[in-house]
Amino acid sequence: MTTVSFDRRPEDYRHWRLRVEPPLAWLEMDVDENGGLVDGYELKLNSYDLGVDIELYDAVQRLRFEHPEVRAVILTSAKDKVFCAGANIRMLAGSPHEWKVNFCKFTNETRNGIEDATENSGQIYLAAVNGTCAGGGYEIALACEKILLVDDNSSTVALPEVPLLGVLPGTGGLTRVTDKRRVRKDRADVFATRPDGVKGRTAVDWRLVDELVPRQDFRQVVEQRARELAARSTRPEDATGITLEPLDREVTDERITYPNVTAELDRDTGVVTITVRGPRADGWLLAMTRELDDLILRLRTNEPELGTWVLRTEGDPDAVLAAEREVLTGTDWLSNEILHYYKRTLKRLDVTSRSLIALIEPGSCFAGVLLELALACDRQYMLDGPPIDDEDSDERACVVLSDANFGAFPMGNGLSRLESRFYGEHDHLDWLKRERDRRLSAGEAVELGLVTEAPDDIDWEDEIRIVLEGRAALSPDALTGMEANHRFVGPETIETKIFGRLTAWQNWIFTRPNASGPDGALRRYGTGQKATFDRKRV
Amino acid sequence: MPTRIDYDAKIPNNVELSDNRRLQRALEGWQPKFMNWWAEMGPALETQGVYLRTAVSVGREGWAHFDHVVPQDYRWGIFLSERDPDRRIAFGEHRGEPAWQQVPGEYRADLQRLIVIQGDTEPASVEQQKLLGLTAPSLYDLRNLFQVNVEEGRHLWAMVYLLHAYFGKEGREEAEALLYRNSGSPDTPRILGAFNEETADWLAFYMFTYFTDRDGKYQLGTLKESAFDPLSRTCEFMLKEEAHHMFVGTTGVDRVVTRSAELIREHDTMDIASHGGIPLDLIQRYLNFHYTVSLDLFGSETSTNAANYYTSGLKGRWMETRRKDDHQLTDDAATLEKPQPDGTWTTEEMQKILLLNLDLRGEYIADCESGVKRWNKILGDAGIDFRFRLPHPGFNRKVGINSGHHITPDGTIVDEATWERGRKHWLPSDEDLTFVRSLMHPVYERGKIASWVAPPRQGINGKPFDYEYVYL
Repeated sequence: MTTVSFDRRPEDYRHWRLRVEPPLAWLEMDVDENGGLVDGYELKLNSYDLGVDIELYDAVQRLRFEHPEVRAVILTSAKDKVFCAGANIRMLAGSPHEWKVNFCKFTNETRNGIEDATENSGQIYLAAVNGTCAGGGYEIALACEKILLVDDNSSTVALPEVPLLGVLPGTGGLTRVTDKRRVRKDRADVFATRPDGVKGRTAVDWRLVDELVPRQDFRQVVEQRARELAARSTRPEDATGITLEPLDREVTDERITYPNVTAELDRDTGVVTITVRGPRADGWLLAMTRELDDLILRLRTNEPELGTWVLRTEGDPDAVLAAEREVLTGTDWLSNEILHYYKRTLKRLDVTSRSLIALIEPGSCFAGVLLELALACDRQYMLDGPPIDDEDSDERACVVLSDANFGAFPMGNGLSRLESRFYGEHDHLDWLKRERDRRLSAGEAVELGLVTEAPDDIDWEDEIRIVLEGRAALSPDALTGMEANHRFVGPETIETKIFGRLTAWQNWIFTRPNASGPDGALRRYGTGQKATFDRKRV
Repeated sequence: MPTRIDYDAKIPNNVELSDNRRLQRALEGWQPKFMNWWAEMGPALETQGVYLRTAVSVGREGWAHFDHVVPQDYRWGIFLSERDPDRRIAFGEHRGEPAWQQVPGEYRADLQRLIVIQGDTEPASVEQQKLLGLTAPSLYDLRNLFQVNVEEGRHLWAMVYLLHAYFGKEGREEAEALLYRNSGSPDTPRILGAFNEETADWLAFYMFTYFTDRDGKYQLGTLKESAFDPLSRTCEFMLKEEAHHMFVGTTGVDRVVTRSAELIREHDTMDIASHGGIPLDLIQRYLNFHYTVSLDLFGSETSTNAANYYTSGLKGRWMETRRKDDHQLTDDAATLEKPQPDGTWTTEEMQKILLLNLDLRGEYIADCESGVKRWNKILGDAGIDFRFRLPHPGFNRKVGINSGHHITPDGTIVDEATWERGRKHWLPSDEDLTFVRSLMHPVYERGKIASWVAPPRQGINGKPFDYEYVYL
């Protein structure tokens, strides 16, 4: 299996062209057919694989941090007559199951990032659909605030997965069509069963796109609309961006080390221990977030068999609170960006199909923003006693609640992690609010319901070993299903629907013989033979 | 029993349109839009009557009735070949089942797409040829141009009939869109590239009708095999009309070559431009261009769409029923020649079903060769050494595995700079086009003909060359 790196730089993009012309930026898709991340498929007609989307993710990220002067982003294709043909089917057909699902997850996180930039960063995205736009291609357009479609009497938008392929079209596209663009459900049904999609007036009438633009005026109208969006933007005037320097990362077979984050990989037990260090220099929160984000992506993509992630912290809780205050109370654009970036990284953790266990020990700094890491975990264990290797020490583990835990970093369901943990328990949440900004001991943390267990120093090592071994013995699929259920209580949102379905339906449909069997849709695709479906509805 | 065409109806037809009120109403709604399109996008030259051939029935004899007709009064209509009630599907996974009289829901979108693409090419050539009447080399040629144009218009009707009769509201919308896309329009161009190229002069027209209409013949030939019987019958009848277009092309190029050969003999030089003739190497460059643009119409050498259409029974091979194999093609192999970046050619063995476009193109190339032989015979008989040849199928291609490579007419893979240096020897240059255009003066006098082309050996329907084919 290829080891995937998420490091990209605009000057080395193989599939995208990023052009900044303040207040606009042009992001043009120009996929190199021979530039697939893995051998065995050609990326024809601007179809994409993970490598193409990693570059898109990088571009979206850099636009936010490096280009505060950009107020609207035009996402379009550099190819004639085709905007994007969607995810490459040969790539999907040749990929192992976990790769397919992980790929869909990542592309949706990128799309969420585009929506997040539009909503929270005043960097408004506009899709300039200049040719055929199908499947994942339309999903990219759907992530944008506005969709302009070239009116050449032949270009269409389509979600043809059902009629053309026979696998799940629910990688976000259908949900965005009905929930975001509010396409009527009967029309959505007609749309998603038409292999050739919908063009022209009907596409506008059905709200699949916002506007038709004649071919000759296309560029000009697109630019004009982008300028109108830019005028609406809250982005600051005259700000200067920061540069996202390459990450300082060292990788061995057992360890991935960054300045602020370390991961120890134990392949025998299938456990990764992730340690996040508290602030030691300025700019810690952004630096740590970038490292954590990169680590989550690398582990998710390259280490599918390491099924349990143990999260630890090291450092001074006060320093964490001081660093977080700077960003949380900051009114500048950069503080805003860092805040939302950390939010997105936490969300990535929320939708990661790994068992997440927080270990809160003496010397740790689960305060405020870092307490969110523990709250994102499926279970929290807090040591009630001295450090294991120094029983004479007075040092004790603590956790600290702060403003950061009450709505600054909502989950995909729109709730804070505390609201999700104590769903509907308003009195309890009020009580927690009153306990802000002070160190809570293991006993208090148990009483307040912030940790699962607080074993003492006699039991700690055995207890944790048994928890981790017990976890590793369970069915990974069952765990994925269980965790995804528990993590998202309460209301459904577009995001929870998308990721819930990725977790459940895709796990099911992608492995069904109808899709993956020897005569299934993915195997038969491109052979000129039709898939054979088991006709029983389940 | 040959079905007569009902010319008393508003829309002439042999599909008993009067029995189908809904369809009749739909087509009668489309008719004025078609007439507007013809008035706006059809031939620029107005005439008082053209000696046209009109079909009166679809049987062996009935499709050739001649009379002077004012083109806009031509009775376009809907003619399908006779139905064979026992026809069975000849290929794909439905092989052996009775041909479909209705569109199966499963294949509705694919069939519609195939018909729309075919339909889009028909009016396109009328648009491309719009101005040619203004520079016709003789009344005979002018008549042929109109004949081709009215029949292309009828081919549009044929496809529109299918869209209206079998594809509901969506089909009607697509039928209307066929009139709103226009050849070379910057906003709404025709779907396929070759149909957005200009047909600026009569040599181009002859080449177009020889090479590009011949592509049409092969495409219609594959659709004639379709399991969807109405499409099959429509295409069968269109093929009869298409034959005449190719006749215009074959004899047109014949006559240009004949005239050039005469001038070469007369003045004892190959350089006949100054004597009002078209030099042979320039004709070769035209041939190179039109041939390669037409090869692009066959699509990519490997095509899963074509394979899917075949498996589903939507589109067969040329002369499918005469082929001696299993008509499934999943177990057969064929080879594909591929250009490599290092300048060599390699062959790859692939499933035959993925190479159906290549199969059809092979049939087409063999057919094109016959014309080249004919023209070379004219040169041979005149004692001239020059020989025309078809360029290598990789030359000047925008579609398929050869696009992106620089391949010379003899099949050598070269670098871009070398190719660009050769371009003016291989393809018509601006000077070539300007020169040919300078020869294009209309000759509307009975029995007279332009300097650069020989008169035909025979007139139309036994009439002499100096017959008044067109009333101006």
